[in-house]
Amino acid sequence: MLYYLLRRLLMAVPVMFLIALIVFLLLRLTPGDPAQAIAGDQASPEQIAAIRDSLGLDAPLTTQFTTWIGNMLHGDFGNSLISQRPVLEMIGQRIGPTLALATVAMILTVIISLPLGVAAARRHGGLVDRLVMSLSVLGFSVPIFVIGYVLIGIFAVHLKWFPVQGYKPLSDGIWPFLHRIFLPGLALSSIYIALVSRMTRAAMLEVLREDYIRTARAKGLSERVVLFRHALRNAAIPILTVVGTGFAMMISGVVVTETVFNVPGLGRLVVDAVLARDYPLIQAIILLTAGTYVVINLLIDVSYALTDPRIRYQ
Amino acid sequence: MADHTTAAPPVLSIRDLRVSTCGREPVEILKGVGFDIAPGETVCLVGESGSGKSVTSLVTMDLLPQGELCATSGSVKLNGEEILTATPARTKTLRGSDMAMIFQEPMTALNPVLKIGLQMDEVYRAHRRMSPAERRQAALEVFASVHLPDPPRIYDSYPHQLSGGQRQRVMIAMALALKPRLLIADEPTTALDVTTQKQILTLIRELQEQQNTAVLFITHDMGVVADIADRVCVMRHGEMVESGTVEEVLSRPTQLYTQALLRAVPSLTPRKPRPEVTGTPAIEVNALEKVFQIGSLAGQLMGRAPHRVHAVNRVSFRLAQGRTLGIVGESGSGKSTVARCVLRLEDPSAGEIRIDGQDIARLRAGKALASARRRVQMVFQDPNRSLNPRLRIAESMIEGPLNLGESRASALGRAGELIEVVGLPRTSLQRFPHQFSGGQRQRIAIARALMMDPEVIVADEAVSALDVSVQAQVLELLADLQAKRNLAILFITHDLRVAAQICDEVMVMRRGAVVEHGPAAEVLAHPRHDYTRSLIAAAPGRDWDFAAGRRLEVLT
Amino acid sequence: MTTPAYPALPRRRFARNLPHWTVILSLVVLAAALAMAVLAPQLANFDPTRINAAMRLQPASETYWLGTDSFGRDLYSRIIYGARVSLVVGAGVAAGAILIGLPLGLLAGWFRGIDAVLMRLMDGMMAIPGILLAIAIVALTKAGLVTVIIAIMIPEIPQVVRLVRSRVLAARAEPYVEAAQLLGTPAPRLILRHLLPATIAPLIVQATYIYASAILTEAALSFLGVGIGTETPTWGNIMAEGRLYFAMRPWLVFWPAIVLSLCILSINLLGDALRDRLDPKMKGRAE
Repeated sequence: MLYYLLRRLLMAVPVMFLIALIVFLLLRLTPGDPAQAIAGDQASPEQIAAIRDSLGLDAPLTTQFTTWIGNMLHGDFGNSLISQRPVLEMIGQRIGPTLALATVAMILTVIISLPLGVAAARRHGGLVDRLVMSLSVLGFSVPIFVIGYVLIGIFAVHLKWFPVQGYKPLSDGIWPFLHRIFLPGLALSSIYIALVSRMTRAAMLEVLREDYIRTARAKGLSERVVLFRHALRNAAIPILTVVGTGFAMMISGVVVTETVFNVPGLGRLVVDAVLARDYPLIQAIILLTAGTYVVINLLIDVSYALTDPRIRYQ
Repeated sequence: MADHTTAAPPVLSIRDLRVSTCGREPVEILKGVGFDIAPGETVCLVGESGSGKSVTSLVTMDLLPQGELCATSGSVKLNGEEILTATPARTKTLRGSDMAMIFQEPMTALNPVLKIGLQMDEVYRAHRRMSPAERRQAALEVFASVHLPDPPRIYDSYPHQLSGGQRQRVMIAMALALKPRLLIADEPTTALDVTTQKQILTLIRELQEQQNTAVLFITHDMGVVADIADRVCVMRHGEMVESGTVEEVLSRPTQLYTQALLRAVPSLTPRKPRPEVTGTPAIEVNALEKVFQIGSLAGQLMGRAPHRVHAVNRVSFRLAQGRTLGIVGESGSGKSTVARCVLRLEDPSAGEIRIDGQDIARLRAGKALASARRRVQMVFQDPNRSLNPRLRIAESMIEGPLNLGESRASALGRAGELIEVVGLPRTSLQRFPHQFSGGQRQRIAIARALMMDPEVIVADEAVSALDVSVQAQVLELLADLQAKRNLAILFITHDLRVAAQICDEVMVMRRGAVVEHGPAAEVLAHPRHDYTRSLIAAAPGRDWDFAAGRRLEVLT
Repeated sequence: MTTPAYPALPRRRFARNLPHWTVILSLVVLAAALAMAVLAPQLANFDPTRINAAMRLQPASETYWLGTDSFGRDLYSRIIYGARVSLVVGAGVAAGAILIGLPLGLLAGWFRGIDAVLMRLMDGMMAIPGILLAIAIVALTKAGLVTVIIAIMIPEIPQVVRLVRSRVLAARAEPYVEAAQLLGTPAPRLILRHLLPATIAPLIVQATYIYASAILTEAALSFLGVGIGTETPTWGNIMAEGRLYFAMRPWLVFWPAIVLSLCILSINLLGDALRDRLDPKMKGRAE
């Protein structure tokens, strides 16, 4: 088990390094002068020089890269070109709403899509199955911002059950928090629900064909025990895998959802940063989300070992 | 054999059972099957693949795949109670308590993520009111009764920590935990090695006598039938061809099909040896070794020595033109690794492989290896997977010659001749693999190997995926080709009967090493090594002469 | 005898030969979208970029079938022209991702040395959320059609590489590939002849999913204001402009949303139908 974890951890290190390299090269390999691109068309030569200087663009590429990595290892992700404040501090201020949104979406996903997927697999080709499949295709096809506006149109504008936009932190009380975060959470989870329920169904269908399911039935076990004790645990690994790889999709969704519902989170920050071409900020946010992705998938690898003894005893 | 009184009411009684596929164009899978099983009796359902024997057992358990197969008429009575019309809730109660089933694949029949103890516990929890302590106690007792070593340890183990034989014992323990009246065993030993098979068969027999269980035993192996059956039902294409006591069916079969099935069972008595050939051997292997190294960087960083498996340990042999060497052994004996090294599908760790005097063990991939490979060709085990499903037969057959620079026209010409040599019409060349049966595909694979004009053919379990009647035909073809083309054949098999029929020499392997090597008549008739003796003793039906149709007196 | 002895069931034929009604409907929708893109000048009532300050935010009428936007431009005409960008972006991304991903996947599947490095690189690319990467690329360069296609394409490549690699690894374990090695088939021919064909069916299916998701991402980029500039109408930037007036004229958002969603839905349904027919083993887009 320890050995397995260590191996996974070792694999994560080069991945993180490669992510840093990709992000680094992204700026340096863009055609033309990156400082010019960042500064925009109307920039004066002094402004461009200032940007070159603050990004250290005049040093050789390798030096730039090692300094940059070295600074980051010391917790220095650079300063914003616009506000001149450390980007890490700016991110810290905006991360709360995003975390809250992602958590709510995740919880909604699990409580909605697992039962749906299992129910669909149980009667393959039946009414529930076709319904779940249709809903999941719909979830893949309707953009989050459209779902967001439909939800706003129905539940906020028409029925007036929820406020149209805005965010209140949990510290303002649980009810105001939930009242404002429910609709964006639901919108954000839509594509995730589509993905996870589809995968749950597919994994369950596969597992239900296995010999040990036939054994369980031959022992006279109830359908509930067969489905949840014998089948779902074996279907867990592919389901967990899409939960992990789908996390990148979730982050993309966060950016859009926060724009639609005007939630002051990281997503808004990144869009603002892009519009202002605040490159250090963009870099830091990409690195942080990619790092989170790697950590989440590492945790999922750990959970494989918990669900499957064959991995645990490797 | 258990004696049964005809007066006792049957445990299972099947009458005129018909099963067909559901849907708009039903296809009948079972066409009126019927038999009885009395308490303490063993009835063998025997037949080749597609005969409907497994479907019969699934109907009885009410486990037919929903929406795919439906019983259309007839009756299945367990202790006088009709199963076909019973509610799902009722059959669920009966399953596991009054009737139980064990399956072919012990490797996949247990849930890999749940402990053995829990899987055993479920049986009691589903059917009996017992306290957790009582259930555990009962489970440990049943584990002991199936002769599992250290029951408490087994109870806390996961399936992957047990061997195949142990898993099948666990399956039997679960099936017999509640002392069912009927046990259905669907090819329960087919996936096991012969020595394990023998132990499992003995165990089933022992428990059956203790509990007076009626056993429905499904098998394709006439040897197993001869060993365990009281009565036999022969099935073919969903029909019962013949039924009767084991002596009746095996000694005096009335139906042509049964006679053909019995004739196809290879005899354990070795065939007459062919004269030895002197001169340069077609293939010579000296001190071949193969070590697999399992381990990774992370493991080494943690101070773990990489795990080394000595799959082949100093194996040497010579094989002359026109002769057949059989490598026999159980799974994990290293026999297939030898074959794969000889073909250079694996790189040997040490030793020499001389083909016509040239050592190919060290050749790097490229031209030299390619031309050496031409002389050694292989026939694989699974005919469904050894031909590219997307290519026409002609394309598969001429691939090798084209690589060697032969013109397309000439290669196609030879392909047409060879496909007829292996007994298929020339038009087969324009078809795809899925249009052929398993036996036909194996013929095509042989023809493809012959296209390279090889000196040596390596056949790795080349007939073990085939039904016996087809198996006999393919073996005949191989023998015929060998005689005509003076081929050397390296035949890898786990089946001593097959080895006895086609090999001049036999090499017995165990855990990577050769335990005995000599002329087939010597090794199989007068084995010197204990392991060889135990292998021969475990061969199913060894006390039955299928050709003569009578029991033999064999010393054990 | 290691194969289970249960009979192979004939598949229900009626379900296989006739296309499902959803497939027919999807084809109709896509044909309509294609017609919109190709025949835009003929179908549109107005120049989609013509600004008319007097006609701002008009409701639907006989002249303006779907009303006008905040610049007085005809919504119907803008939606018709918007099809062009979406269809071109989808095609460009799908073709590009497969042209790059397929050879990389084949290499990774065949050469073990390349595999480890390449797959770690792909892991790294997968870790970067696609939209963030696309936003960053677009932000650094001028947001033209080609930039947008490249920006959306890059995050799709790892999926293609992983799919192809997994199929190659599976095919490599097949005895027919070993048989070809024994027949002396050299590596390049072996890859093209025996391994490549095993990847075609899943790739066709994957291509449709990429097509759909590229249209979706392009719309999201435009919606966030970092896509193709508003002088070229796209379904995404029509919505982005419309959302400022959402409370007053929700249909400025809903019309392009409906057209966009229908289009993506049709492609996804076609992808599912193709998968069922060509490659039933594929578990879905998450493979």
